[in-house]
Amino acid sequence: MAEILVLVDHVDGEVKKTALELLTLARRAGEPAAVFLGSGYDAARDTLGQYGAAKAYVVEAPELEQYLVVPKAEALAQIAQSSGAGGVLLTSTPEGKEIAARLAVKLGSGVVTDAVDVAADLTTTQSVFAGGYTVTAQVTKGTPVITVKPNSVTPEATGGTVGAEDKVAVAFSDAATKARIVERKPRAATGRPELTEASIVVSGGRGTGGDFGPVEALADALGAAVGASRAAVDSGWYPHAYQVGQTGKTVSPQLYLACGISGAIQHRAGMQTSKTIVVVNKDPEAPIFAMADFGVVGDLHTVLPQATAEIQKRKG
Amino acid sequence: MKIVTLVKHVPDATADRTFTADNTTDRAGVDGLLSELDEYAVEEALKVGDAGTDVEIIALTMGPGGAEAAVKKALQMGADSAVHVVDDSLHGSDALATAQVLAAAVTKIGDVDLVLTGMASTDGGMSVVPAMIAEYLGLAHVGFVGELTVSDTAVTARRDDDAASETIEAALPAVVSVTDQINEPRYPSFKGIMAAKKKPVETWTLADLGVDSGAVGLDAALCVVREVTKRPERSAGSVVTDEGDGGTKLAEFLAAQKLI
Ligand SMILES: Cc1cc2nc3c(=O)[nH]c(=O)nc-3n(C[C@H](O)[C@H](O)[C@H](O)COP(=O)(O)OP(=O)(O)OC[C@H]3O[C@@H](n4cnc5c(N)ncnc54)[C@H](O)[C@@H]3O)c2cc1C
Ligand SMILES: Nc1ncnc2c1ncn2[C@@H]1O[C@H](COP(=O)(O)O)[C@@H](O)[C@H]1O
Repeated sequence: MAEILVLVDHVDGEVKKTALELLTLARRAGEPAAVFLGSGYDAARDTLGQYGAAKAYVVEAPELEQYLVVPKAEALAQIAQSSGAGGVLLTSTPEGKEIAARLAVKLGSGVVTDAVDVAADLTTTQSVFAGGYTVTAQVTKGTPVITVKPNSVTPEATGGTVGAEDKVAVAFSDAATKARIVERKPRAATGRPELTEASIVVSGGRGTGGDFGPVEALADALGAAVGASRAAVDSGWYPHAYQVGQTGKTVSPQLYLACGISGAIQHRAGMQTSKTIVVVNKDPEAPIFAMADFGVVGDLHTVLPQATAEIQKRKG
Repeated sequence: MKIVTLVKHVPDATADRTFTADNTTDRAGVDGLLSELDEYAVEEALKVGDAGTDVEIIALTMGPGGAEAAVKKALQMGADSAVHVVDDSLHGSDALATAQVLAAAVTKIGDVDLVLTGMASTDGGMSVVPAMIAEYLGLAHVGFVGELTVSDTAVTARRDDDAASETIEAALPAVVSVTDQINEPRYPSFKGIMAAKKKPVETWTLADLGVDSGAVGLDAALCVVREVTKRPERSAGSVVTDEGDGGTKLAEFLAAQKLI
């Protein structure tokens, strides 16, 4: 059975949930092999094994942290070539896509981005045109390179252990060190779940009038992540990292609450595939109501606090 | 300084976008326009000029006949000239072929210091073409840039990802793709619209670029679309009007759906 390489997203060895999702998908198509780039592998080993990584390729090199993505793409290309991998799975983040782009050129392989499902024969499912269409596609040449959206599958543990470990030495090319990271300022943690991974998202738009307090309070009562429309972000009310939509994040949670958001196509593009959609908007004509499973026509400044209080009461 | 801005002609996102029989994007049935996200790249190139650097800005597009509308808008905004790569064998090209052709065009333009692109095209939206062009040309690529400073020899860029805000430095020549956070694209002025009519637009074929037509187009694509299905419209649910109990009803709905 061919190896399916999974590029592991991690922070100093703390493995992200998305990596476990990729391992789960990789198992369908072949033998999952984790590719761990950077330092901290020892902290990640057990988790990777538990979620089905039969093998791990580990590359430790200062270049991986000092320069933008090219060292990662070169390491991955070398491993894909020497292992004769049957496919490579990465997470659909800006970095994941950029690595995928360069990797596809290096391998002369087809690439699919933003898959929401990957079948045993590596046929992918994507959602396109603002979620209006579902497309299945297949890479027909080379080693399929596929980036998968977060939350596309529930991680399943196998309870296994990493059987073989291969510490790989990579000789980086001159091209690998052309874009240097001169500074990296980590963002302060909010204590809320990550937007793309959360099972509930509460978003606020221009209708908040700049006060995200009621949106955040409802999010906290639900254990949800907070999102924002571009109008709210452009007004400086909420950071861009939380924007949902075409030029922000795509989310696909169990529950999406859109509060004071009209439902422009660019916003819908980022939340259309949410399982249940709830809307609070004072304008009954707002287009977002057309996609709501449940909607309240009303002022979010009174509806949200009441909902929050009722949820807290029910949760006891 | 010579700057190439990549501009793509795309079907209007607010219209009903569809596919043709061969599962490629329908580019004839829907009005097209300059991909809005590429306007930010054009604006950023113009800003380098505004800041005092002597710039020559060339808008480059690859696409069928109608794609000239995209370069026209860039010329109206202030680009100096344009190149339109058009060839029947390009129909159905995938991202790799597109990047290969655009890279060849950048090489033919010659002595390019900076290639500026949008963060994603608003139709395909893979966000991979800029990095692929950089890979073909052996250049640095800084993607998803929210703030850019261009000197004679290098770019300094800020980009924000989920976990951190990064500052990146890369020597020129380089490829930089910018987000919609970076600036506010200008509207073409009347003067700009008149001036654009006299600006040169070159049309290049694959033969002009020395790219083998067998390496591009639908048949050469490394990836095939198997099936296209229209997503069923979401059936509208129930809507209540708040009469002092809207929040309670919302909570009741969530409880009934076992979401709390
Ligand atoms: C290239 C491009 C990319 C874009 N990318 C994105 C993107 O990624 N994400 C995104 O969101 N947008 C994006 N947009 C912008 C998008 O077109 C809309 O402008 C934006 O989504 C509008 O945000 P909004 O719904 O918050 O504001 P509005 O459209 O102004 O809607 C505000 C809503 O709030 C309601 N309201 C007002 N007051 C209250 C109240 N007190 N209580 C309850 N309801 C109230 C109003 O009835 C209205 O429906 C993009 C646009 C372009 C051109
Ligand atoms: N056919 C094309 N012509 C010109 N520029 C393009 C073309 N395709 C992609 N680009 C550029 O590459 C960026 C990213 O495109 P994509 O990878 O398709 O999302 C776009 O914003 C454009 O700047």
